[in-house]
Amino acid sequence: MSHLATLKHPEAAARFAADVPRTHWHDESLWFMRVKRDRAAAQVPEWERLRELAQAIKAYALANLPALLEQFEKNATAAGATVHWARDAEEHNKIVHQLLFAKGVTRLVKSKSMLTEECGLNPYLEARGLEVVDTDLGERIVQFRNEPPSHIVLPAIHLKKEEIGELFSQKLGTEKGASDPKYLTEAARGHLRQKFLHAQAGLTGVNFALADTGAVVVCTNEGNADMGTSLPPLHIACMGLEKIVPHAQDLGVFLRLLARSATGQPVTTYSTHFHGPRRGSELHIVIVDNGRSALLGRDPYRRALSCIRCGACMNTCPVFRRSGGHSYGVTVPGPIGSVLAPAIDARAHAALPFASTLCGSCADVCPVRIDLHHQLLAWRGDLVAAGHGSTGKSLALRFTAWIFASPARYALAGKLARFAMRVLPAGLMRLLAGAWGRQRELPVAPVESFRDRYRRTHGRA
Amino acid sequence: MAAREEILTALRRNAQPGAPRPVLDGVGAKFPDLAARMAEAVGAVGGTLVRVPDLPAADAALRALPIHRDARRIASLVPGVGAATFDAATVKDPHELEGLDLSVLPGTLAVAENGAVWIEGARLPHHALVVIPEHVALVVAVADIVPDLHAAYARLDLAGRPRWGLFMAGPSKTADIEQSLVIGAHGARSLVVLLVG
Ligand code: SF4
Repeated sequence: MSHLATLKHPEAAARFAADVPRTHWHDESLWFMRVKRDRAAAQVPEWERLRELAQAIKAYALANLPALLEQFEKNATAAGATVHWARDAEEHNKIVHQLLFAKGVTRLVKSKSMLTEECGLNPYLEARGLEVVDTDLGERIVQFRNEPPSHIVLPAIHLKKEEIGELFSQKLGTEKGASDPKYLTEAARGHLRQKFLHAQAGLTGVNFALADTGAVVVCTNEGNADMGTSLPPLHIACMGLEKIVPHAQDLGVFLRLLARSATGQPVTTYSTHFHGPRRGSELHIVIVDNGRSALLGRDPYRRALSCIRCGACMNTCPVFRRSGGHSYGVTVPGPIGSVLAPAIDARAHAALPFASTLCGSCADVCPVRIDLHHQLLAWRGDLVAAGHGSTGKSLALRFTAWIFASPARYALAGKLARFAMRVLPAGLMRLLAGAWGRQRELPVAPVESFRDRYRRTHGRA
Repeated sequence: MAAREEILTALRRNAQPGAPRPVLDGVGAKFPDLAARMAEAVGAVGGTLVRVPDLPAADAALRALPIHRDARRIASLVPGVGAATFDAATVKDPHELEGLDLSVLPGTLAVAENGAVWIEGARLPHHALVVIPEHVALVVAVADIVPDLHAAYARLDLAGRPRWGLFMAGPSKTADIEQSLVIGAHGARSLVVLLVG
């Protein structure tokens, strides 16, 4: 994660929002996804029941995680896969590298995996001389630009087609100035087809791992996971240990929710179930902890482990839409990312739970009903208690509390404020109002307070 | 194995048992006409559906389509449907399938709610037959349409089944450039479902 921005969210967001038309465009692009999600959800009369079931299945899976993982391992092994366990990112990267090294692999194609992004796998392998090609179109675009995805489902949502056209003209030799998405996609198809044909191994993420059958299930629209695994003789599937669901039957619930929540589609184009390796090839499954087992022991945050990475909470979040995924500085941004990140490093990510209006829209759209805004609020309390709050903010709050604690101080403060608003220039007042005043007109100060008026009309306070 | 034990021990320590096992009842889509809904759903995910009475009619319908007429290399895993130009079962290395114009594949199950068709890996010599060709035709029987994914999984009975399988819903697509939908990302540029019966 070292390649991500080290700016704190407020500063990074301010930088993003400084380009007003672009912020507006980003906001609308994501809102469009939210609208599509709403339309898709409305077409399923039992939508809310499905969400409740999804929540319940995940709660059951988390409660029985150790047993389910063992069951999964047993069944996956019986189907011919090899299961590996990694405590952290470093161990995960080592395992993957050793598997590739043992087979003499120098060219690897990947389909989308937020986990390998979290572990920093690409730079790890590249430093050891491998060519690593992300094959999801959006991921290939950001890989070309040497930047992380800005959204877990739409990695290049922050870019305009003209910028991608410019990038492709440099990297793929497309016509200069061309920005037609169809033309650019076609160019990427040709380029990546060659990568698929020459790859010696394919790596995928995992959307769901089925305890009762030992299968891993991978969902894509482009077909890149199927391309990447059906040609070379080695498939490595990397999964966070929370991806377990107990039964194949449970997928009925999750697959009905996932794509509708993510993009408004009824289902992803390819939902591929891998039961062991295909003939003549090997399947290795790497199960990664990297902080997850610790999170399982933390109330109320353990529920965040139910996330199925649909991205809906990002698309609806008024802060995400106006600050962009990169401003969060973590692999999984947005509301869910702001819950997950402080659990890994409270000091580094202390600003994230504050990057929310607590409007609760995220929790309303979340297909597994994670109470995201409650968790963000809980984090604020925990972070401040642990000394990670912003000093300015806690001083201001302590000062406010001191004023509110005494009627005399409160009355005096009101008087001073009304006086200041009348005599001081508006520009100075806005500065005093801090961030709140930056994009707002301050109200006109009333001549007298309610208390003064009551005293005048009723004779006493 | 130290990692495995350490992770499982941490999970055993931290898991909070007691969550009840959910019962998946009270859900399920209902459609008065499964075939009509299937046609609509395949269209919604960017594919086309052609209804035919029997396999010879499926063959005739497919041969009349440009994806077949203009194809130079065709693989068919459905006996009697499509003019296969070679026997895919004799291909050893899936890389040799590059340049394939059309795959005709059997569908085991069709899902009316979302237009997806289940392709059973055990019935195909190569997984690549699904993604490598320019176009895909899936042949599935009307009797094999189920209303939704719950019914699909109930019928598939995946437990203990070897190899791979997938739901395919429409042709390959992407919207990664400014969310403009482009059909034909990596896999098939078009998908036709031949619904038989
Ligand atoms: S928290 Fe919920 S809405 Fe957000 S990505 Fe995860 S599953 Fe989707």
